[in-house]
Amino acid sequence: MTLTINGKVGQFSAPLSLTALLGMLNSQNKRVAVERNGEIVPRSQYEVTQLADGDQLEVVVAVGGG
Amino acid sequence: MNEWVLAGRSYVSRLLVGTGKYRDFEQTKLAVEASGAEIVTVAIRRTNIGQDASEPSLLDALPLSRYTYLPNTAGCYTAEEAIRTLRLARELLDGHDLVKLEVLGDTRTLYPNITETLKAAEVLVREGFKVMVYTSDDPIVARQFEAMGCVAVMPLASLIGSGMGILNPWNLQIIIDEMSIPVIVDAGVGTASDAAIAMELGCAGVLMNTAIAQAQDPVRMANAMNLAVRAGREAYLAGRMPKKMYTASPSSPVTGIIGS
Repeated sequence: MTLTINGKVGQFSAPLSLTALLGMLNSQNKRVAVERNGEIVPRSQYEVTQLADGDQLEVVVAVGGG
Repeated sequence: MNEWVLAGRSYVSRLLVGTGKYRDFEQTKLAVEASGAEIVTVAIRRTNIGQDASEPSLLDALPLSRYTYLPNTAGCYTAEEAIRTLRLARELLDGHDLVKLEVLGDTRTLYPNITETLKAAEVLVREGFKVMVYTSDDPIVARQFEAMGCVAVMPLASLIGSGMGILNPWNLQIIIDEMSIPVIVDAGVGTASDAAIAMELGCAGVLMNTAIAQAQDPVRMANAMNLAVRAGREAYLAGRMPKKMYTASPSSPVTGIIGS
């Protein structure tokens, strides 16, 4: 399936949970927030969220800023 | 202790600092410590995918247990982008709802787009966010943000990152006099005297980033700003002497002068 993550398109094999994806992206231990198709995914739902073909994901962190 | 209250919580330091433009996290940490700030602004950005998770992060340098994070919407040019960013921030910070809203008008001036900011503020307040809003120094607009339920208005002293200082103290004074929520002067402070002048006007606090981060010695400037904000506040509370235009008044006794 095709997923767009932070604007970059990639191919992934289904089934894939959000927790598994964050693991693949090396982001499982970082404090992140995720938006899937414009909706926030609560952290408690990462495990049960199964990603689907065409999903658009934004994965964000806090960085230095004014 | 000279505390102030923001969105129901007391703070001692009236200096709020940004965390951008530092050389590294170590310098960020030292400068923030020297500033005495309790509230620090952060930006929300896409994570660098594939980056080693053990690499240092801002959260290690500035622990959430010690500082109040103020996620901002820097770089947002529409109400929609700003709202999305702050919803992500709230999730990122475990439901933390104190936020800095800024919706910019153009990339050259970074001047706030008030129409979009008003739209975003309305939605965010409805969704339960405690909104500190970056705005122009227009007193009527400030009044609208207060009426809407924002927890602080943050008028600019001059353009973001310009270091031009306080260009219109008169407008800031009107805003400070009229508001019952905290007024924080945000953006444009260049050096310690600017911060002191802002505080002497009676504002609740000052928010700055570039003036510290881009100083030759950021940690030392952070300390200077810490002192300036406190000095300005003390001067405001002390009440300055009235200005006497074109009239001198000797400080020493005028009697008992030898030979008189």
